[in-house]
Amino acid sequence: MIVVEKLVKSYNANRVLHGIDHAQPRGQTVVLIGPSGCGKSTFLRCLNQLEIADSGRITIGDVTIDGGRAPRNATERERQRQLRMRSGMVFQQFNLFPHLSVLQNVIVAPIVVKGVAEAEAEALSRGLLAKVGLENKADAYPGQLSGGQQQRVAIARALAMQPDVMLFDEPTSALDPELRDEVLRVMRQLAEEGMTMIVVTHEMQFARDAADHVLFFDGGHVAESGPPEQIFSDPKHERTRDFLRRVTTR
Amino acid sequence: MSNAWRWSRVTWFTKIFFVLLLAGVALPVLPSDQLAEIKSRGVLLWGADAEGGAPYVYPDPDKPERMIGFESELADAIAARLGVKAKMVQNQWDQLIPALGGGNFDIILNGLEITPDVQQQVAMTEPYYVYTQQIVTRRESGVPTTMTELKGKAVGVQSSSVAQRLLEKMGGTDLRIYPGNVESFRDLKAHRIDAVLLDLPIAIFYAKPDAELQFSGAPFAPGYYAIGVPKEDTMLLAALNQAIHDLAADGTLERIDRKYNVWDERQAQLKDYIPTAVAQTKAISTLREWPKYLPRLLSGAVVTVKISVLAMLLAVVVGLVIVLMRLYGIAPLRWAAAIYVEVMRGTPLLIQLFLIYYGLPQIGIRLPASFAAILGLGLNYAASESENYRAGIQAIPKGQMEASQALGMSQWQCLRHVILPQAFRLVIPPVTNDFIAMFKDSSIVSVITMVELTKVYGMLAMSTYDYIGLGIMTAGIYFALSYPASLFAQWLERRLAHDRR
Repeated sequence: MIVVEKLVKSYNANRVLHGIDHAQPRGQTVVLIGPSGCGKSTFLRCLNQLEIADSGRITIGDVTIDGGRAPRNATERERQRQLRMRSGMVFQQFNLFPHLSVLQNVIVAPIVVKGVAEAEAEALSRGLLAKVGLENKADAYPGQLSGGQQQRVAIARALAMQPDVMLFDEPTSALDPELRDEVLRVMRQLAEEGMTMIVVTHEMQFARDAADHVLFFDGGHVAESGPPEQIFSDPKHERTRDFLRRVTTR
Repeated sequence: MSNAWRWSRVTWFTKIFFVLLLAGVALPVLPSDQLAEIKSRGVLLWGADAEGGAPYVYPDPDKPERMIGFESELADAIAARLGVKAKMVQNQWDQLIPALGGGNFDIILNGLEITPDVQQQVAMTEPYYVYTQQIVTRRESGVPTTMTELKGKAVGVQSSSVAQRLLEKMGGTDLRIYPGNVESFRDLKAHRIDAVLLDLPIAIFYAKPDAELQFSGAPFAPGYYAIGVPKEDTMLLAALNQAIHDLAADGTLERIDRKYNVWDERQAQLKDYIPTAVAQTKAISTLREWPKYLPRLLSGAVVTVKISVLAMLLAVVVGLVIVLMRLYGIAPLRWAAAIYVEVMRGTPLLIQLFLIYYGLPQIGIRLPASFAAILGLGLNYAASESENYRAGIQAIPKGQMEASQALGMSQWQCLRHVILPQAFRLVIPPVTNDFIAMFKDSSIVSVITMVELTKVYGMLAMSTYDYIGLGIMTAGIYFALSYPASLFAQWLERRLAHDRR
C-alpha cells in the first residue's frame, strides 16, 4: 500500500531525513515515536508532498512520485494531486476553515476537487460527522467547538475524500488531556475498521493498543522498528530504552 | 463652603472671558489705516495668481524667480507713487476675494472685473484697463463667432471669470470650467471642446501665437479691471485712485500696456468711467434659502457618488488582479505588480489625473473627463487596495493553505474557497476606509473639469460669499453619504465574523 524508498530531506545544510525506507501493507496502523526534532513530522509531510523530498521515492497505492523537485508542469502537478487525494492529513492545529460551517468544511473538498454532486457530498459528510459523533454540530462554526470536537471534524473532513491512507501529525498534542480521549477513540475505531494509518504521536498507550507496527525515529533514521509489544517490553536499542523511560515516567 | 469657592472660580473665568470678548469686539472697530501701515512697513502686498497668469503677472521665462507682466509693472509703478516697494503674494485666482478678507495682502491687482457682485465684497478703485471677451476656436472651424453661436457648443472658461458668468446667464452651452486658461486651450486642441471664451489679454498671449488656434469674431462685452481694496481702507483707496489717475495722465499706463501688447484703442474709454453707486444688498444666507441651493449641491453630489463608486469598483477589481500577480504570479508578473504599486503610491494623484486627461491626448488617446476621472482615481486606489489585500491574505495562517493542499485542492481552488473568503472579512475595514477617503478625495477631479460636490460648493460660495452656510450644507451631504457606507461595512464585518465565539 505504502512504499517509501531512501527518502532524504534537508533544510538548507541540516539533513532531517537520512534515507528512510518503509513498507506498509493495506489496513495496517503504523505509529511513529521518537524525540522532538527527530524527523517524524517531516517524514509524514513528505508523504503527502507538503514538503518536497530531496531524493527518494514515494508510492501510495498506484501513484509513485520521485523526490528532487516541485512539480513543474501540468502532468507532474496532476500526479502530485493524485498522491494527495489518496492520503488524508490530520494536523496538530486542526486547520479547519473558520469561515465555513462544520458541514461545509467536510463537503468542500469532495465538491471542489472531485466534482461530487452537492447532495451526494452532503449525505456522505453527514454520515462521517455521525461516525465522529458530531452529527448535531453540522451547522456550527469551528470557532464554536472545543478543540477535541474540532479535531474530530478535521478527521471527518479528511475521510470525506475517501483516502487510501490517513496521516495523523500529532493529532492530540494541542488538546487538553481530558479532550484527547474523544479523538483517540475515533482513531482507534478507524484502525479497527481496517483503515491504513500512519500516526505521529506521543500517546504511548495508543501506540501500544492500536498499532500493528511501531517505528522509533532518532536523528533522521529509523533506529528501531517492530510490533508494539516488542518495542515497548523489549527494546533492542539503548536510545529506544532511554526514550521510553523518559516518556513513561513523565 | 464649596459652593462659595466654586462661585468665585466661575467669576474669575467670567472676568477673563469678558476681557477677551471685549478685546475681540473692540479690535475690528479700531480706526484702521492700512495706508499708514503700508508706508511704515515700506511694502505694498498685492495678491495675484501667477500660475498661467500671463500676460498679467507670470514668472520671467529667462529668470523664473522674477515676476513680470503688465500688472506686475503696474504694481511697481503704483507702489513707487506711494513711496514703497511692491511685493506679490501668490493666491489662487478664484480665492482672491476671500483671501483679501483674511489679510494676507493689502490689495487685489489681478484682472479683477468691476461687477456689482465683486463690489458687494470689496471696494474698487478707478479702472486701469478696459478688457473685452474673445472667442477662440481651432483654426479650421469657422464658427462660432458670436455669443449666440456658442449655444449648443462645448465652451471652456476659467473658473469664476466674467466669461463663465456671461455664459451661465445666457444658458444653452455645454459649459466646461477649468482652473486656468492654459488647460482649456489644451482641451480645445484635443477636440474635447469647441471654443474657449476668455478675456482678450489672455487670448493675445496664449492663443494668438498658436498656429492651431484662431480668434473667432470680434471682441465684445467690454468691462473694466480695477484694484480691489478692503471696504474700510478708504484712505488707501483714495491714494490708489490718485496713483492710477497720475499713471494714466503721464502715459506710464499706455507704455506698460504696449510693452505687453495689450494696448488697444478701447483704453481711451478709461477716462469715461463713472463709478456707479452699488446698493448694498443684504448678505445672503444660503442656509435660510436652502431650497434654492441644496438641489444644486445635490446634483454635484450625484456626480461625486457616481465617480467614487465606479472608481472604487475598478480599484477593488484591479487591486485583486495585482495582488494575485504579486503573490502567486511568475517572476515578471510579480515585478510588474510591485512596480505598479510603488509608482502609483509614490506619485501624486493630481499628476496622474493630469497625465491621463491632458497627457494621453498627445499620443492620440482622448478620454472624456468623467472616464478619465474614474480611471485616474480607480487605478491610483487599486495600488492601495492591492496592499490591503496583501496584508489580509498574508494574515491567513499557513495551515489553511496546507490543509487545502492536503485535501487535493489546486492553488487556485485554495485561494478561491479558503484564503480569499477569509481575507475578504479582514480587509473590509481598510477597504471601507479607503472608499470613504476616496469619496472625499474625489473632489480633486474638478481639475479636469468635473463639476462634483466640492466644485459646486466652490462655485456657489463664489457667487454668494456665504462660505459657512454652504460649507455646513456640503459637509452635511458628504457625511450623510459616507456614514451609511461605514455602517454597512460594520454590519458586513459582524455578519461574516463566524470564527469569533
